[in-house]
Amino acid sequence: MFSNIRSLWMVFLKMFSKRVTIKYPEEKPYLPPRWRGRIVLSRDPDHNERCVACNLCAAACPVDCISLQATEDENGRRYPEYFRINFSRCIFCGLCEDACPTYAIQLTPDFEMGEYVRQNLVYEKEDLLIDGMGKYHGYSYYEQAGVAVGVKPKGGGENELEPVDVRTLLP
Amino acid sequence: MQILIIVGVLLGTVTIAAGLIYVERKMLAVWQQRLGPNRVGPFGIFQVLADIIKIFFKEDWIPPFVNKKVFIIAPTIIMLSILMSFAIIPFAPGIVVADMNIGLLFFLAMSSLGAYTIVLAGWASNNKYSLLGGVRGAAQMISYEVFMGLSLMGVVIQAGSFNMTDIVNAQKDVWFVIPQIIGFVIFLIAGIAETHRLPFDLPEAESELIAGFHSEYSGMKFGMFFVGEYLGITLVSCLITILFFGGWLGPAFLPPIVWFLIKMFCFILFFVLLRAGLPRPRYDQLMSYGWKLLLPLALLNVLVTGAVVLLTQ
Repeated sequence: MFSNIRSLWMVFLKMFSKRVTIKYPEEKPYLPPRWRGRIVLSRDPDHNERCVACNLCAAACPVDCISLQATEDENGRRYPEYFRINFSRCIFCGLCEDACPTYAIQLTPDFEMGEYVRQNLVYEKEDLLIDGMGKYHGYSYYEQAGVAVGVKPKGGGENELEPVDVRTLLP
Repeated sequence: MQILIIVGVLLGTVTIAAGLIYVERKMLAVWQQRLGPNRVGPFGIFQVLADIIKIFFKEDWIPPFVNKKVFIIAPTIIMLSILMSFAIIPFAPGIVVADMNIGLLFFLAMSSLGAYTIVLAGWASNNKYSLLGGVRGAAQMISYEVFMGLSLMGVVIQAGSFNMTDIVNAQKDVWFVIPQIIGFVIFLIAGIAETHRLPFDLPEAESELIAGFHSEYSGMKFGMFFVGEYLGITLVSCLITILFFGGWLGPAFLPPIVWFLIKMFCFILFFVLLRAGLPRPRYDQLMSYGWKLLLPLALLNVLVTGAVVLLTQ
């Protein structure tokens, strides 16, 4: 009986404490930078697409909402011919971001993606591609490692060793 | 003049009951650190209108498996019985529909009739959850009815009358809440159980019985149960005010009706606070609490009050 009265009193005192709710459309909540929201495709510092169409994101996606087709440009650099994310399926788990070797696919702090037509939730490459570098500034995959596609010669990357001549016997 | 009072009381009570939809939602939010309704009009006060319009335009569907006549009659009984009870409430000197000399007994009779609405609604719905809710509701209301009446007998002994106006006038010197504190607590608990509000809302316990006795109801029939519940809160708050807190009596700088309404709203808010603060007891706990604790207490209260009144005469 006493504990009931005590809990009533404590609930009554909540009247004078700060509200937890915020008036959403007028007042936006703070979303941390690592919030897992709308997915984007970022570009490297030279304004080229980071995505190399390796399909790892599509393979990692637990709900199979990513679909893409790889192709090559005249230098032999791979890029996606189309890149499609079906956001009506996406569960915003962030596994695609984890899987991406080039930091191309990133999740952003934005959740306001409501649509009246379900088909509009299928985002094409031009909807996904952003102009900036997203969360990883100054990172360019081809300057670190990888094949020669006109950015740098083979083995000329920042943390890269010269290729080994496997036919020579000299140490 | 009498017609005016009748219409006024009818409209006033129904309006207050409808307004409680907003009051309850807002106050629950206040006590749960939320904002509550704030979209429709300033501070959301037109939420009531929006809710009423919504409930009027809902499809009023009668399931094919129900007993149709009883199904339709059931929700009207709660409205009727509670609105009838308001006839004996004196809101201020002269503002009373029927100043009966058996006023309190009339209220007890009418609140007993309220049990029928739950039983009939639960039975006519032909649904196991509704039936369970109906059975629970009947058992709860009948067992709490017993000491609800007994707890009021202390007041009747002290006032020497069943007439509500006489009871208020008998409290000119001291409110009955002081000599009848046990009676007040028991009546408060019985009143909560009688209106089957939380924490005693076992007939409609959502987490166990979907919506209990009104699971199958929709549209305006559901609205009747809804408004009936709020009317019940208003009625019990009115009765607590009259029987234990001196009704319209108060310092003269405010008119009597205002004192009455202030006291009434305090108790309505207390009912909402109960809902915000307390969990629902188990069914057997509710029953044993009623029969093993509150009934003996109520009897003891009547005995002691009677003895004291006899000795001091």
